[in-house]
Amino acid sequence: MFVYEEYMREEMFPLIWCKGCGNGIITKSILRAIDRLKIQKDDVAMVSGIGCAGRLPGYVDFNTLHTTHGRPLAFATGVKLARPELKVIVITGDGDGLAIGGNHFIHACRRNIDVTCILFNNATYGMTGGQVAPTTPMGMWASTMPYGQMEPSFDACKLAEAAGASFVARGTTYHAVALEKLIVEAIQHPGFSFLEVITDCPEIYGRKNKLGDPADMLLAQKDKVVPIDQQGRYTPEQLAGKVFTKILHKHEATEYTARYQQLIDRVKVEGNGHAL
Amino acid sequence: MGAVAAGCRFFAGYPITPSSEIAEQLAALLPTLGGKFIQMEDEIASMAAIIGASLVGKKVLTATSGPGFSLKQENLGFAALAEVPCVIVNVMRGGPSTGLPTSPAQSDVMQARWGTHGDHPVIALTPGTVTEIYTETIRAFNLAEKYRVPVILLFDEILGHMREKVEIPLPGEYEIVDRKQPTCSPDEYVPYGPTDDDVPVLANFGEGYRYHITGLMHDEHGLPTEKPAIVQALQDRLKRKIDRHLDDILSTESFLTDDAEVAVFAIGSTARSARGAVREARDLGIRAGLLRPRTLWPFPEKDVAALGERVRTIVVAEMNMGQLIYEVERAVHGKTRVLPCLKADGEPIPPSQILSAIKEG
Repeated sequence: MFVYEEYMREEMFPLIWCKGCGNGIITKSILRAIDRLKIQKDDVAMVSGIGCAGRLPGYVDFNTLHTTHGRPLAFATGVKLARPELKVIVITGDGDGLAIGGNHFIHACRRNIDVTCILFNNATYGMTGGQVAPTTPMGMWASTMPYGQMEPSFDACKLAEAAGASFVARGTTYHAVALEKLIVEAIQHPGFSFLEVITDCPEIYGRKNKLGDPADMLLAQKDKVVPIDQQGRYTPEQLAGKVFTKILHKHEATEYTARYQQLIDRVKVEGNGHAL
Repeated sequence: MGAVAAGCRFFAGYPITPSSEIAEQLAALLPTLGGKFIQMEDEIASMAAIIGASLVGKKVLTATSGPGFSLKQENLGFAALAEVPCVIVNVMRGGPSTGLPTSPAQSDVMQARWGTHGDHPVIALTPGTVTEIYTETIRAFNLAEKYRVPVILLFDEILGHMREKVEIPLPGEYEIVDRKQPTCSPDEYVPYGPTDDDVPVLANFGEGYRYHITGLMHDEHGLPTEKPAIVQALQDRLKRKIDRHLDDILSTESFLTDDAEVAVFAIGSTARSARGAVREARDLGIRAGLLRPRTLWPFPEKDVAALGERVRTIVVAEMNMGQLIYEVERAVHGKTRVLPCLKADGEPIPPSQILSAIKEG
């Protein structure tokens, strides 16, 4: 039996997340993945931005850094480059990572620094009350799109791949066991790894869009996705509107901190630089 | 170079005139010392990256100018609240907006104090010579480490691009301060717990002391809180950690002020013009002097007040539409006449303009 409490800061209970929120499932999957990889708590730096997902690091017993809105990847880049031996995990949301932090996101993908970025996609700004997100599907209600979302939404995984990420995957909170495996693979990948997790905000997004109770929303995820390695079983008509899960893209590329170390090895001189 | 001498081994930046030369030099120099340089995707990210690198124990620097300084304010506030040592160079140019990219100004002096939202501790230094750019940069790193606070180095475009004879101190001739690290066991460790000097002892990430850092108001464990008593105590301590160490932080230069009737208050390259104007005034028989802060924030209130007791008039010369003059007026409490000597057209203030103001005073 896995003991989550070994990794939790219990003095922070109760959590601010609403009942039925998917963040708990993702948190547990992350903790199981880290445990499975036998990474020491001291060797993990978890960095987050602002929003419901951003509160996760406060609840877990690692080196944790809760930064400003949209900026966790930029902070994490500094942490990782300055101390490459740390396992750096970024927790972000769809608003944090793709709207206000969109520029940092594409450049982190391009740079290929060994950071694992886990993006909680609940299609809304939950903490601030259900405003429209770059991932809100067309037509859905948002407090700032009261007549329904009018803008097309982002496919975060396609964006990551196009920007150069060397590992791109998607999971869901419904498939929690598969999610744990994806997190393990993302952390193990030597380079920038991006994992989008489809999750739910039943309290605001679900209630206002009349999507049922948390269990209904979770079950609906199952019908929305197709594992990419099983797409051959479906007709094009059946695949219309579906979203692929599992590892969507992977390529080998020199990791950034390793490349920087090669540069140091090549140009390093002795002394404190006073003579230069 | 001063940064490297102070122990800086991490720089993140974004190109902007007239500060790009700093990034270019460090891009070449830092890897030769085992340090790291990274050009980030924007100014916000470069401020974020240095904070991240500082949290694992590096001495860190970023450099920018006007518009970039505006963008850095968000994470500068994070560093102030979370108490992350870092040094930010702002080579001031004409503003607002894109303004005058290659012309000097001193119009970011209030932004250096109040640019980010909320009350916050900050230190800003204003060197006046190229040698001082070296020595004050070392001091900036030392103050950042000692008080765990962002330290802003305010240059102006003239100083930023100036070439003059410099005297570089040898290693051993200057003090190097390193931030305190915990000596207790991780079980006993309280990151924002009380200390004798009001500066917390924050462990470098990855060295066995796991704790939380947040931009939210937090308790002594670093965990978020909204409890009014804890929040007020944090605000009080952040202010106190600067206020009670003014003797260590403040640094001013007085030039011919002992018998002065009229004194000029100026920083940076304007103080160089002022020095010339003071000499010329003396030649004309006017007992003029100059007060030049090397530490602008916290403001040298006592020095200005004491000067105000002695002189008839203080001329405040600054390359802007009048910013520091309000601080000077506040410090002298109406006891002294305060005259503006301003210019904001992208040209430096010549000694002749300051001399005219001295004569008027």
